[in-house]
Amino acid sequence: MARSRTASPERPARKTITLPASVGVNVPRKDGRDKVTGAALYLDDLRVPGVLHGRTVRSTVANARIVSVTLDPAFDWTGMTVVDHRDIPGENCVAVIERDQPMLASTHVRHVDEPILLLAHEDAERVEAAVSAVKIEYEPLTPALNLEESLEKKALVRGDDNVFKTIRIERGDLDEAFVRSDRVIEGEYWCGHQEQLYIENNAMLAERTKDGGIHIRGSMQCPYYVHGALQVLLNLPPEKVRIEQTVTGGGFGGKEDYPSVIGGHAALLAWKSGRPVKIVYDRLEDLAATTKRHPARVRIKTGVMNDGTLVALDADVVMDGGAYLTLTPVVLSRGAIHAGGCYRWDAARIFARAVATNTPPNGAFRGFGAPQTLFAIESHMDRIAAELGMDPLALRRKNAVKLGDVTPTGQVLKESVGSHEVLERTAKRAKYAEKRARYERENAAAEAAERAGKGAKDGRRLRRGIGMALAMHGAGFTGSGESKLNSLAALDLTPDGRPCVRISNTEIGQGTNTVFGQIVGEVLGIPHEQVLVHVPDTDHVPDSGPTVASRTLMVVGGLIEKCAKKMKEKLELFAEHPIEGGADFARIAKRWLKERGPLRVEQRYQKPTGIEWDDDTYQGDAYGVFAYAAIAVEVEVDLDTAETKLLHVTTAQDIGRAIHPVLCAGQIEGGTLQGLGWALMEEVRHKDGKVWNHQLTNYIIPTSADAPPIDVEIVEIPYSNGPWGAKGVGELPMDVPAPAVIAAIAHATGCRLDEIPATPERLMRALQRRGA
Amino acid sequence: MKTAISTLAVECPKHLKHALTLLHESLATERLTPLAGGTDLFVYLNAGSHRGTRFLDLAPCAELRGIKAIKGRLRIGALETFDRIARHPKMAAWPLLVQAARCVGAAQIQNRGTIGGNIANASPAGDSLPVLLAYDALVHVASVRGERTIPFRELQTGYRQLALEADELIVAVELPEVPAGAKQFFRKVGTRAAQSISKVVFAGVLVPGRGGQWSHVRLAWGSMAPITVRSLRAEAALLAHKPSAQAAAWADVALGEDLVPIDDIRSDAEYRLSAARHVLAQFLRSSHAGFRG
Ligand SMILES: Cc1cc2nc3c(=O)[nH]c(=O)nc-3n(C[C@H](O)[C@H](O)[C@H](O)COP(=O)(O)OP(=O)(O)OC[C@H]3O[C@@H](n4cnc5c(N)ncnc54)[C@H](O)[C@@H]3O)c2cc1C
Repeated sequence: MARSRTASPERPARKTITLPASVGVNVPRKDGRDKVTGAALYLDDLRVPGVLHGRTVRSTVANARIVSVTLDPAFDWTGMTVVDHRDIPGENCVAVIERDQPMLASTHVRHVDEPILLLAHEDAERVEAAVSAVKIEYEPLTPALNLEESLEKKALVRGDDNVFKTIRIERGDLDEAFVRSDRVIEGEYWCGHQEQLYIENNAMLAERTKDGGIHIRGSMQCPYYVHGALQVLLNLPPEKVRIEQTVTGGGFGGKEDYPSVIGGHAALLAWKSGRPVKIVYDRLEDLAATTKRHPARVRIKTGVMNDGTLVALDADVVMDGGAYLTLTPVVLSRGAIHAGGCYRWDAARIFARAVATNTPPNGAFRGFGAPQTLFAIESHMDRIAAELGMDPLALRRKNAVKLGDVTPTGQVLKESVGSHEVLERTAKRAKYAEKRARYERENAAAEAAERAGKGAKDGRRLRRGIGMALAMHGAGFTGSGESKLNSLAALDLTPDGRPCVRISNTEIGQGTNTVFGQIVGEVLGIPHEQVLVHVPDTDHVPDSGPTVASRTLMVVGGLIEKCAKKMKEKLELFAEHPIEGGADFARIAKRWLKERGPLRVEQRYQKPTGIEWDDDTYQGDAYGVFAYAAIAVEVEVDLDTAETKLLHVTTAQDIGRAIHPVLCAGQIEGGTLQGLGWALMEEVRHKDGKVWNHQLTNYIIPTSADAPPIDVEIVEIPYSNGPWGAKGVGELPMDVPAPAVIAAIAHATGCRLDEIPATPERLMRALQRRGA
Repeated sequence: MKTAISTLAVECPKHLKHALTLLHESLATERLTPLAGGTDLFVYLNAGSHRGTRFLDLAPCAELRGIKAIKGRLRIGALETFDRIARHPKMAAWPLLVQAARCVGAAQIQNRGTIGGNIANASPAGDSLPVLLAYDALVHVASVRGERTIPFRELQTGYRQLALEADELIVAVELPEVPAGAKQFFRKVGTRAAQSISKVVFAGVLVPGRGGQWSHVRLAWGSMAPITVRSLRAEAALLAHKPSAQAAAWADVALGEDLVPIDDIRSDAEYRLSAARHVLAQFLRSSHAGFRG
């Protein structure tokens, strides 16, 4: 990992006392020791007296009317809690953006593995056996199983046109721009589902409380989403619903909306039985039933000049939302906004639709729609370069946005634009030009040798290639999202005088708790270890919004920084001297508690000035700022088996100030590998609407043996509204690997795939079409 | 775990003879399922697809262990793990089995998974199986009635079906000497670099005779049919011919007739056949420089 930094904005001036700086330092993780030693308790580790084990009975058909549900009389149902839609005290829905998804299907099922019945028993083995003792009779209807069938209205899954949401972004005179262009270049790009594959499967525990409410603990990203959904489901006031996060083994978006479903199920079983109920999915169920990345088809038509100047963009995006709406409109929105890539267009039109299919609902996944459209536009850039006979790097250099440029939504890029910096640094570190030339030379030599019968001794026919990609990724919620969230963060003092961060943002492995300790420690001038981060528990933390959209550090971190400043001011005024380190802080804090009582400071989100967004026209500042990433991927393709081996990856990413560089590099490496998996091997295969490969044997993700060396350079161009200049890093790395892999394969073999994953099967067909 | 673990029982025999008696006696009620490394059985138990509830732990049977060379032949006990096989110095003369062993799962699986289990599990994708076929391996089996020997090529009778009696155990595999001067080749085409199930797995042995013609040809394939198969037409296209581009082309055409792969969850027939043809071509190129692929 390398770092390069441009001047940091107003770093708080230090007094004479030297303190251990926290921000920018690779301090040990707060949760590291417990996780490494196994002391951390995940939901399934919790031993709860009297607990029942819950299971879900799911549909086996993609579209049908439920005729009957029968409990086999031959089975012993003693002690079994059985819940169906009639047992729901409130509204039968999973309340997210809309309320279209039933918590339990009643009359119809709209996808395979849709929950119909819930079972719970003290004995986990009995409840497992009971699942197959439930007989469900269906009257099958024709399903629409993919986005093409949905567009053709093979079945009506939603409304009278199957469309969940339509977005139009228009800027400039498109017709005129096409007329002015030297050439028009078109392409169509496809990408499939992807599973988040957190290590810990979805898991929840629900208990009725003495005061007639519900207490839910579990693996999740967004406690207040579950809080909202449970109020509707159980018809309870907010104060009767308590949601508490347990140690969470990864999320990647997969625990953004789905916890409301499994949490709702556990709650219904607890409600009826009066006992605590645990639902822990195994991998088979989690892979088959939970949300995935939205598949997409993107058609792009561009007008370009012969010298490579981009002029006009016409993009048509279709995403497959699955059977219910979930977060689809927001995913589509981010996808549409990013469809123009990291480039200047004189005129652009982006038309995006999300459609319904009879497949399990898709949801949030790292990047949230942007990786799909960025895969398309970046692949298209490589195609434009090929058609113009131009180097793809030169094409990007010519068109990448600069400070002051305007995006298709009319957003003027006012600060922290790292596009050219990341592009040049990546090209340089990867020795892009040299490698490109060398691989071309070597491939030509290999081909000539093979023709002459003098190929490699082991008989292999290998070709190498290098490809690049560039992207910008909006940090934080889209459009007016942050204002609507109206996040509130708090910082208070524990009885023993330690500062305690109270936010609903969750540690899900990315290091949130550690960096919040650093931020508060830095402002207060105390060691980061002295700072506590409260367990996200809706009874004890305010709603600081969901843990999504690369917003936690940039947005909520900023609120906590302000809280810490307020606390510092109060305590220093009270003590009548500046805080001098950890021990001094503790002394002052304890005195305050004794003399003045509890101390709590809060900060609500305030929209930075000069950021305007119009939801109706889709014009304005879509994000406060963008983060930027470039990547170079080198591959080796075996022409005999069409297998692609990843040789090396180089990436430079402008994430603003890195509060904890090692954690940032970890996000970049992990996100890159997730992107490489999506590009090459991760493919959710369906059979009649059911996820066919719902086991790790056949849903293929890269192992450590598949992971190439990833050389990361962090570029730190500060953002004035982020704490110490930080921007978002969580999603950005997911944006660039896939198109770079496709470009590298094209460079190696001359075969360009427009669909990912680039499995050997797809590539073999392409190679054979080309006659290799 | 879809299987109710509390309903399962494991018998621990004292030695092989005892194991064979227990296995034989179990036929009267519920057959004991032999348990070696458990790397296949545990997957079935997790998925709930194994019906049996009683198991016979083979670990105490010392007679099922050991790798011994006897007059140029090699005897490998059924309980030998892939890790032990890959590391054993005597294996040097059978390099294809070492290569296959090194690509089974990853280190953890190689530490537990046994060659006997791979044979008995009889998956069409078992990675050691084409090697056993290419080496003309013999399989030694035993029951209360005594020992017998079955050529590996006669062992598999259908999809996951073996010519074994219900009370027989696999005791060992025996590898004959590989003819001098043999060209040997192994290639696994899987879903990724490790922990991967084969889409195509190939083991080949070519022995040049006196006049330069191939005098012994074995081309064995996994994941291409319900059982591990030799491509006999392709073998015939090479046998008694000198290495040449022409012979390679005949073999390639013949292979297309030999192999009728299927579409499944991991790959499709078209890919499997293309990859197989290319792998054979690669073997021929590597075994005789001067070929065109
Ligand atoms: C993660 C993972 C990856 C894997 N990767 C591969 C791979 O790459 N390639 C591959 O080929 N396999 C792979 N496997 C499958 C498995 O590891 C092998 O088939 C292994 O050889 C099985 O041996 P075992 O000793 O574990 O068998 P067990 O699971 O103990 O037994 C398997 C079957 O054989 C029977 N059996 C075992 N020993 C005998 C005997 N001596 N006589 C009669 N019957 C017997 C058992 O009753 C059972 O039916 C993988 C498995 C896992 C879990």
